[in-house]
Amino acid sequence: MTEQTSASWRWAVLALPLLAFLLLVGFLLRGLFSDPTELSSALVGKPVPTFTVPDIYDTSVIHSEQALRGRPMLLNVWATWCPTCRAEHEYLNQLAAQGVYIVGLNYKDDSRSKAVDWLNTLGDPYQLNLFDESGRVAIEFGVYGAPETFVIDAAGRIRYRHVGDVNERVWQQVIGPMYSELMADYNGTNISMEPQS
Amino acid sequence: MSHLLRLLALLVLLAMLPSTSHGANLETYQFSDPAKEALFRELIGELRCPKCQNQAIADSDAPLAKDLRDQTYTMVQEGATKQQVIDYMVARYGDFAHYQPPVTAATLILWLGPLALLIIGALVISVIARQRRDSSELTAEEAAALAQLRQSSPAQDQ
Repeated sequence: MTEQTSASWRWAVLALPLLAFLLLVGFLLRGLFSDPTELSSALVGKPVPTFTVPDIYDTSVIHSEQALRGRPMLLNVWATWCPTCRAEHEYLNQLAAQGVYIVGLNYKDDSRSKAVDWLNTLGDPYQLNLFDESGRVAIEFGVYGAPETFVIDAAGRIRYRHVGDVNERVWQQVIGPMYSELMADYNGTNISMEPQS
Repeated sequence: MSHLLRLLALLVLLAMLPSTSHGANLETYQFSDPAKEALFRELIGELRCPKCQNQAIADSDAPLAKDLRDQTYTMVQEGATKQQVIDYMVARYGDFAHYQPPVTAATLILWLGPLALLIIGALVISVIARQRRDSSELTAEEAAALAQLRQSSPAQDQ
């Protein structure tokens, strides 16, 4: 081994731990600013799962996944035991007043009467109210908490999933533009219900 | 000393307690088929609770973990295989839901990382060892230079 190659080896050996250290710093630094509770949704891009669930106002009325097809909409998972749901509720009322089509999925609430009370006193932004007492429907959607909001296109395909409250910022930056785009497509093609594979 | 012994005895006792004793109540799940029960126990130990970051659904008291245990129980009772239950959970909650992530581009570092570290370590050690061996013997020129230094250095001190 000549002196020169030995020297470059030495540099490589010295530089390697530094490089590894810098990589680790970068990795951990990114971890500081990421939210570990935010899971990527396995269902984005897939059709809404099949389910049957009663209506919250009249449990003899049964809804299925068919209720989530035919037009762009939001599916909002909520419960009265969830403080963040209360925080976002007023904003959902505003969106509904602007004509945004929202379906509510009441997730494992303490009681049906409590949930109905909430809707009667705080306002009902939902076009349709699904009552998932056991949480089985929520499992089908991969829900792990409340609130969660899904963006669903006219073909009944899940386009996006938002964990946490829907507020002005989230609506302006993410969900709103997506919803508008879906609505533009929907109005443009005018009620084509053909699912694209 | 006796304090230390007592503490040690306590620690041993604690270690001997079954690990599920602090976890969820699993007595409600009744099986007539021991094979299904074994599969159920295996699954709930391997499936990860999506709500609670780092607990299997067997160990978590979270309501969602209970729902997923119920779901696992139902599927196992209906005769689902292990892979079917895992696929069901992963389809809904993503790879996060299983403690054994599949080999993909994103998880490759988990699988190959330890091996890579081992190889890097072996390389570093061999390089250092080689350098030590090389430097232990002086060439004739180096020996001469050293001898000269030894002679000249006392003079410089004054």
